[in-house]
Amino acid sequence: MGKYKTPMLDELEKGPWPSFVTEIRKAMNTSAMPEMAEDELGQLEKSYVTKKGYWKHGGIVGVLGYGSGVIGRYSSLPEEFPGIAHFHTYRINQPSGFFYTSAALKEICDIWDKYGSSLTNMHGSTGDLVLLGTTTANLEPLFAEYSSRGWDLGGSGSAMRTPSCCVGMARCEWANIDAMGICNHMTQHFQDELHRPAFPYKFKIKVSGCACDCVAAIARADLSIIGTWKGDIRIDQAEVKKYADGGMDIQSEIVGMCPTECMTLDGTTLSINNEQCSRCMHCISKMTMALRPGEEKGATILVGSKAPIVVGSLISWVLVPFIKCDDEDFALLTELTENIIEWWDDNAKPRERLGELIEVKGMRPLLEAIGVDPQPQQVREPRKDPFFFWSESDFDK
Amino acid sequence: MSLPERQTDVGPPHFEKFLPPVIKENYGKWKSHEVLTPGTMVHTAESGDQIHTVRIASPRILATETIREMCDLAEKYCGGFIRFTTRNNVEFLVSDKAQMDPLVAELKEKGYMVGGIGPGISNVIHTQGWVHCHGACTDASGIVKAMMDEFHEYFTTKTLPNKVRLAVACCVNMCGAVHVSDIAVVAVHRKVPAIDDENVGKMCEIPTVIGSCPTSAIRPNPKDKTVTINEEKCMYCGNCFTVCPPINIHNPEHDGVAIVVGGKIGSLRTSPKFSKLAIPFLHNEPPRWPKVVDAIKNILDVYAANARKHERVGEWIERIGWEDFFKLTGIEFTFQHIDDFTFMRDTLRTSAAFKY
Ligand code: HEM
Ligand code: HEM
Ligand code: SF4
Ligand code: SF4
Ligand code: SF4
Ligand code: SF4
Repeated sequence: MGKYKTPMLDELEKGPWPSFVTEIRKAMNTSAMPEMAEDELGQLEKSYVTKKGYWKHGGIVGVLGYGSGVIGRYSSLPEEFPGIAHFHTYRINQPSGFFYTSAALKEICDIWDKYGSSLTNMHGSTGDLVLLGTTTANLEPLFAEYSSRGWDLGGSGSAMRTPSCCVGMARCEWANIDAMGICNHMTQHFQDELHRPAFPYKFKIKVSGCACDCVAAIARADLSIIGTWKGDIRIDQAEVKKYADGGMDIQSEIVGMCPTECMTLDGTTLSINNEQCSRCMHCISKMTMALRPGEEKGATILVGSKAPIVVGSLISWVLVPFIKCDDEDFALLTELTENIIEWWDDNAKPRERLGELIEVKGMRPLLEAIGVDPQPQQVREPRKDPFFFWSESDFDK
Repeated sequence: MSLPERQTDVGPPHFEKFLPPVIKENYGKWKSHEVLTPGTMVHTAESGDQIHTVRIASPRILATETIREMCDLAEKYCGGFIRFTTRNNVEFLVSDKAQMDPLVAELKEKGYMVGGIGPGISNVIHTQGWVHCHGACTDASGIVKAMMDEFHEYFTTKTLPNKVRLAVACCVNMCGAVHVSDIAVVAVHRKVPAIDDENVGKMCEIPTVIGSCPTSAIRPNPKDKTVTINEEKCMYCGNCFTVCPPINIHNPEHDGVAIVVGGKIGSLRTSPKFSKLAIPFLHNEPPRWPKVVDAIKNILDVYAANARKHERVGEWIERIGWEDFFKLTGIEFTFQHIDDFTFMRDTLRTSAAFKY
């Protein structure tokens, strides 16, 4: 039992789902500063009673030479809960795909027990390995311990944010691009932009290997890189037959749900009019043994998605329908990314995300800046109104 | 004791260091996968090699002690190779198939929830809440725990017509993917922040405060060295509170949560969709938010009973129509449901054909 009575939180230690309250309690066993987790519990119980939070935003804190990676956090009741008077977040940039070895994780834990609360988020919603709760004085020691072992800080503030990706080619047959390789490359390439906020606002990159989009790139990244293919879906008719024999109603579940109506079934032989296929992944994801994406691989680049603040959420828009991603160091993709960022950085007002800037300026200036032609794949439908502009260059065509 | 020498801009370690040998050898050469149980799957490579995965839930907030426990299990059964998923699950990467069942057995014995794969409910994307964020108008972790205590069978055994992705955000900033989830909870303020005039003058930089407001609702009040807020313009976003704590956005009586439904990320069958408003407000009822859990259970049950196989919540609602969604779920339709902001034009009905 700790210093505080916590009847509300105790209630959340009951039941089958793993309990975050139990985790906070367990942190007291290992941290060199057990009062942190203890006071966190005390303050949280108070929030549960009064239904309000007691955190202060604030104050710039960080490590020498970096403008991001640490989020300052202070209790607004430091006298009552001195253990969390400082309770800063330290964001460690995760390895692409969230792969670890037990040895690496244990080492991270040992350091965190010594200099922090022993509490983590595995992981934050951007992707970082989030260490929750340390003091200003411990930031430099933490950085020395972690960076010397090869663990750098992630992004925060008006900077490139830590890129993240799906498991991709490491363990997924649908990966059309090397999502983890691209993510790692982008992270390394943009180290300065990640660590020293100099952008108008945040900029997020996320990479998914296919349209299933397991990292939600299309909804939460200024630059969404999503793997796709050209050419024919590969069919193994013997496996199709096995699905049929196994009781799958291929006609209604697969053919009938194909959005482009490009599939036909003759007995147990499946055929696809690949010219009409929009590569949505429905059939492939339901018949994992029988169907595989086509062999010419690449990515669709979409831009602009963000959460609702201020004028509403955006889902990313198609910018480049297809780009190859198998060249050395992903050079084409990296150059495209740099050009998009440069256009945004040159044109955006403070706190204007890429999607918002496009809403103000239109797609044309961005397409011209990156040298991409207008294509029907970029729109759901052409414009409806007759108010369009012409520039001199259009008359030369 | 002296500290090791710091390094800058080294970035994260290369992932290759952490891959099991079978993954390294078959990187980019996987051929197919099969879901064995809701908590286990096997991937097969062109070469015939296989890797088995065992997935468990985590509460996202993890103590180092728990991480070490998981690491010990990974060492015992799978060479120490462990990964996390984007939805905060933990995966054991088992190269020796014979180790899978004993691992699952020990995980279950230790009380871990094995599951999360396939057409059910995986882990819940959520944000910091009262645990750590100044803007939070609810506790995300608490709601998740209450919800999943109720729905855990959809993680471990039971299935639904398709995946149902749940999320909880503790304010409208939505650090997560709430705006594109099948069913999500988003916490909302409903009142203009209260201004403590005296302290605003003492503690805050007035131009910064004015600049922080996305809707230009804040005007200077030089006479009293403070600011005033135009109630018509304020949308309760809390940005002013972030830069100036004496402008208090918290209002326990009026803060609470909304429930949104029908969002979707993947491009499968239909385009990705935003989640739309189902229930505009429910009060915060810690520690277990019973009305929120009941409301979600109701939507889930109606979906499970009515959707066709493979239909996501949003696809099902679009097929039957939103008027039918409100009828089937019995959820009350209010003024708040009618968009009067940026998406109004797209959302009002422009046809005389609809259902009753
Ligand atoms: C413009 C809108 C946003 C604002 C103003 C905002 C602000 C914040 C703040 C103040 C925190 C600190 C919470 C703490 O004390 O730990 C935070 C945490 C975080 N935010 Fe945001 N946020 C926004 C949108 C987003 C979005 C859309 C994402 C992800 C797609 C995101 C990802 C994160 C992550 C990863 C954290 C760390 C902890 C976590 O995972 O919850 N934020 N954000
Ligand atoms: C029916 C369509 C889908 C199929 C067949 C599918 C398939 C998969 C597969 C095979 C994995 C495992 C990948 C891995 O090895 O980590 C996975 C993981 C994941 N998927 Fe999907 N996916 C689909 C749709 C979606 C959608 C629409 C979302 C988002 C709303 C999503 C979010 C995720 C996430 C976040 C993961 C990471 C694993 C986790 O944390 O549970 N998936 N999906
Ligand atoms: S996004 Fe596609 S390639 Fe990546 S893990 Fe998900 S299903 Fe596999
Ligand atoms: S990928 Fe989608 S569009 Fe293409 S054949 Fe399959 S279901 Fe039809
Ligand atoms: S959603 Fe809002 S309250 Fe919750 S962590 Fe993000 S900024 Fe903080
Ligand atoms: S809550 Fe948001 S909209 Fe309202 S005054 Fe403050 S900054 Fe402006």
